Amino acid sequence: MKYILMMNTMKSGHGVPEWPRKDLQAHVAFMMAANKELHERGELVAAEGLSFPDQAKLVRAGKDGRPMTDGIFPESKEFLAGFWIIDVDSPQRAYEIAAKVSAAPGPGGAPLNMPIEVRQVMSGPPPDML
Amino acid sequence: MTKTWDATSEHLLRELAPQVLGAVARRFRDFSSAEDAVQEAMLAAFSQWPQEGVPENPRGWLIQVACRRMTDQVRSEIARRERETAVAAETENVASLLEIEADMDPDDTLILLFMCCHPALTPSSAIALTLRAVGGLTTAEIANAFLVPEATMAQRISRAKQTIKASGTPFRLPSPPERTGHLPAVLHVLYLIFSEGYVSSIGSHLQRFDLAREAIRLTRNTKTLLPNNAEVAGLLALMLLTDARRAARTGTEEELIPLDKQDRSLWDRAEIFEGIELLTAALAKGSVGLYQLQAAIAAVHDEAAKVEDTDWPQILALYELLKRVAPSSMVTLNHAIAAAMVHGPTKGLELLQALDSDPRVADHYRLDAVRAHLLEKLGDRQAAIKHYRIAAARTTSIPERNYLVTQAARLAGD
Repeated sequence: MKYILMMNTMKSGHGVPEWPRKDLQAHVAFMMAANKELHERGELVAAEGLSFPDQAKLVRAGKDGRPMTDGIFPESKEFLAGFWIIDVDSPQRAYEIAAKVSAAPGPGGAPLNMPIEVRQVMSGPPPDML
Repeated sequence: MTKTWDATSEHLLRELAPQVLGAVARRFRDFSSAEDAVQEAMLAAFSQWPQEGVPENPRGWLIQVACRRMTDQVRSEIARRERETAVAAETENVASLLEIEADMDPDDTLILLFMCCHPALTPSSAIALTLRAVGGLTTAEIANAFLVPEATMAQRISRAKQTIKASGTPFRLPSPPERTGHLPAVLHVLYLIFSEGYVSSIGSHLQRFDLAREAIRLTRNTKTLLPNNAEVAGLLALMLLTDARRAARTGTEEELIPLDKQDRSLWDRAEIFEGIELLTAALAKGSVGLYQLQAAIAAVHDEAAKVEDTDWPQILALYELLKRVAPSSMVTLNHAIAAAMVHGPTKGLELLQALDSDPRVADHYRLDAVRAHLLEKLGDRQAAIKHYRIAAARTTSIPERNYLVTQAARLAGD
């Protein structure tokens, strides 16, 4: 079964973490190691990081069908920083992975405990047997 | 002398894969490396045979290519360890093709099947390894079937082999009691491959590798290897009797069509006939198991030319047996449906109450979907709408969700 793990980060300033260099490096190394482990276990379908919310646009179709874009949204406190799609044997394993990446190190190496939204990816119909 | 590559060649190649793997694994006493070597030989065949033709002795060709890979690997391993003196001895150890072919055992495929469905493996790893080692599928085909990257699937297979290696399972046929003990795991893996094919055979996934057909082929081969096992025959019958409804299962917009609304003229008569024949022979053996009972239920549905002809009392009796042989919450659920068909919706709803306190199924969409259906039959439209919607919110299947949302909309709009 496939799950998407959406990593939401609190927005501060432009969304860019303003941490000491070694803490940033530790964070990046942690994420890379986490992805490598998911790959090695044969569970990784996709992992992507997204551009910072400064770059985000909200797009709607206008009356003529052309894109109408809106700028940045200072009111939103959290933003989607990245996501994983994983293929695992149980929901418990998905939660375990989510908890692991949630605890990625932040400033001073302390775990961030970021909220990770876990949603199952829809599939085709199950057999109408058992 | 070669033969032109045609539609049967791919089938031949896949049938040969486990035989070749058995021979190479026995010769080198290393299942894991042999499995990689055979995969490489398969890839070489898939790229060369369509152009150059199928060799006169295709099995010998595959064995030779795989053995060459194994020897190269042994050599480089030795070079790495700088054990120069051992090189001569080890390479001389490579046997001739004739010797290897003479050593082949018809039970090799069965050995592999038990190995790949090892109880230490998770279901997804056992499925992937079985498809590659026993099914002769390429890693890319398996990855495509499960919609994951090829590199991820390769890792999953490699980890599965590490697990088997760590377990110290020797390459030999398990003893009869071991076989009896592990056969349910093997059948479960085959069943899961079939179900996965069923799940993926709809809509945007049409381009995916046909796992249902592959599961039928593997189960058919297993039945040839274990001709006297009634449950293997039961599983094959169940697959055929279910697969027979494939064409009727979805509409033109790829929407799901439930059993009672299907155009039964689209059902595959040949598959139904074969399934019923297999099942009849299996049931005559006397020991009735989980798969035979499910196949029997599928057969009763398939035998009804019109939905009104369905022999519900017989289905109810079969579910009662199934509840005793292999009790599960899903069996209880299906039993309630059958009871409702025989004794009316009130009886069905009463039986469903037992599941409300069962944590495995209380939040499952099927419970709400069945309840909605029975409430509708009872004439309680508002309650039916409510449960159709709860079920729609809980299902993880898109076609199922569309179906349930539409049911609720139909009742709300009437």
